[in-house]
Amino acid sequence: MDSIFRKLFFGAIGLFLALPILVVAGVSVNQKQSLTFPPQGFSLGWYGEIFANPEWRNALFASLTLALTSAAVAVAIALPLAWFLWRRIAPWANFFQLLGIAPFTLPPVITALGLLTFWATAGFYGQPWTAAVSHGIFFVTLPLVTLSLGFSSIDRSLVEAAATMGADDRTIFRTVILPLILPYIVSGYAFAFVLSLNEYIVAYMTVGFTMETLPIKIFNALRYGYTPTMASVTILFVATAAVVFGLIARFGDLPKLLGAMAGDDK
Amino acid sequence: MRREAPRHPLDYLPIAFPGLMLVVFFVVPFGTMIAVSFFRRDPAGFYAPDFVFDNYARFLSLFFANVLGFSLFLAMTVAIVSVALALPFTHMLARLPRKAQVVWLVALLSVLSLSEVIIGFAWSTLLSRTAGITNLFVWLGIMEQAQALTPSFGAVLTGMVYQAFPYTVLVLYPAIVRLDPTLTEAARTLGASPLKAFFTVVVPALRNTLVATVVMVFIFALGSYLLPQLLGRPQHWTLSVLITDQAIYQSNMPFAAAMAVFLVLVTLGLVAMTVLIGRKGEA
Repeated sequence: MDSIFRKLFFGAIGLFLALPILVVAGVSVNQKQSLTFPPQGFSLGWYGEIFANPEWRNALFASLTLALTSAAVAVAIALPLAWFLWRRIAPWANFFQLLGIAPFTLPPVITALGLLTFWATAGFYGQPWTAAVSHGIFFVTLPLVTLSLGFSSIDRSLVEAAATMGADDRTIFRTVILPLILPYIVSGYAFAFVLSLNEYIVAYMTVGFTMETLPIKIFNALRYGYTPTMASVTILFVATAAVVFGLIARFGDLPKLLGAMAGDDK
Repeated sequence: MRREAPRHPLDYLPIAFPGLMLVVFFVVPFGTMIAVSFFRRDPAGFYAPDFVFDNYARFLSLFFANVLGFSLFLAMTVAIVSVALALPFTHMLARLPRKAQVVWLVALLSVLSLSEVIIGFAWSTLLSRTAGITNLFVWLGIMEQAQALTPSFGAVLTGMVYQAFPYTVLVLYPAIVRLDPTLTEAARTLGASPLKAFFTVVVPALRNTLVATVVMVFIFALGSYLLPQLLGRPQHWTLSVLITDQAIYQSNMPFAAAMAVFLVLVTLGLVAMTVLIGRKGEA
């Protein structure tokens, strides 16, 4: 295609993706408590507000705790499952792989409602730890996909060599598989972490009335009183996502991780 | 090490924990939801056990038919617009130098991971009267006066395409990267214009992928629950919004559950249809 046309098209898409974020960035540096653009005056006070205001600070703390623990739960489920699927011939185990992919494929409101009825019936409705388990299940797809990809890229002859030299499964896992699979564990964890940080509906339906995560806090602020802090939190989120995915790209092979064949276009 | 079937009972140990977690916290909640959809509403608590079809019978109303019809129409429009934008974009993206590709992928992933709350807030700001894009038009002299562009159908559609576009690109990306570039080159050598080569070679070669992508984006858009609320009027509410509304604000969990079960059936039906179409295309 024409290179001018291509540049225009890329420019238009880039503008479309960036415009809302640019406006929010502008709003976030307003001097006064108003959501105006172009901003009136310049102040970074609304970024300080995230940490200074106890409500926003608590929400930030709740979100970070939830994202860190739920991503760990997701990896803890995905790692043994992906290993088992790679190591064993067991067609029935594919059912569990399907289960691991389902929560992320179905409309999120369904998983959210299922978990809400479940926690309500079990009598744990509103406990903070239920959100960590819920997010862990909801996002298990991400580490499961990256880990399956990671395992499929392991050269089986390496493992074979270790086995011939007398290493048992446990030793092989620790000395051969783990070092090879580690980048995929990290990226799976990072994907789940970023998405959990941003997730609203599952968190809202499970612990919405007892705990405020940042997305819930933003939503409540949207309904009960606008403040530029919403804008500064948004920019913080965009920056976090960009940094995390940038790091994955820096230390890993992002195109390959997203399904393109490695070395295709080098 | 060759793959082998598990022989010793201990060989099953690694799958015990993931299996247990997925069954207890996904299969059981799913079952609970189906069970609750047959329960009665209990104004004092969540629900009372029963076996009634009342919650499903409520579907047979004009209001519900309207909401369902609008949800399907909206999701389909979002899917078609997103694929129409993402197909040429991804095709060009896959031909960029690797470094540029990575930068775009990081940007797309960052937008994709954004919370619906944040996307809704950002677009409602961009389309608002006080901070919105119309101020820029006034400044440029295109418009007389700043005005609010939200709530409206256009705002809902724009917000949802914004949310679905990165997803669409990432779904199309692997298939398009693997597409043999010599196909297009051959068409170009034989004298086809770039546009003609794109429509007569690339699009037909990706036909099955495109159908599958439309369905995946359709399901993705069907799950949008906040954007119609934040950017639209009540007549723009979708089934997902209605489910949330019934479960949380109307405290009618049985009805919400019945709608959710219905949504699952619609989703699964679509997936099955796509698989069938895909098989037919291969044969």
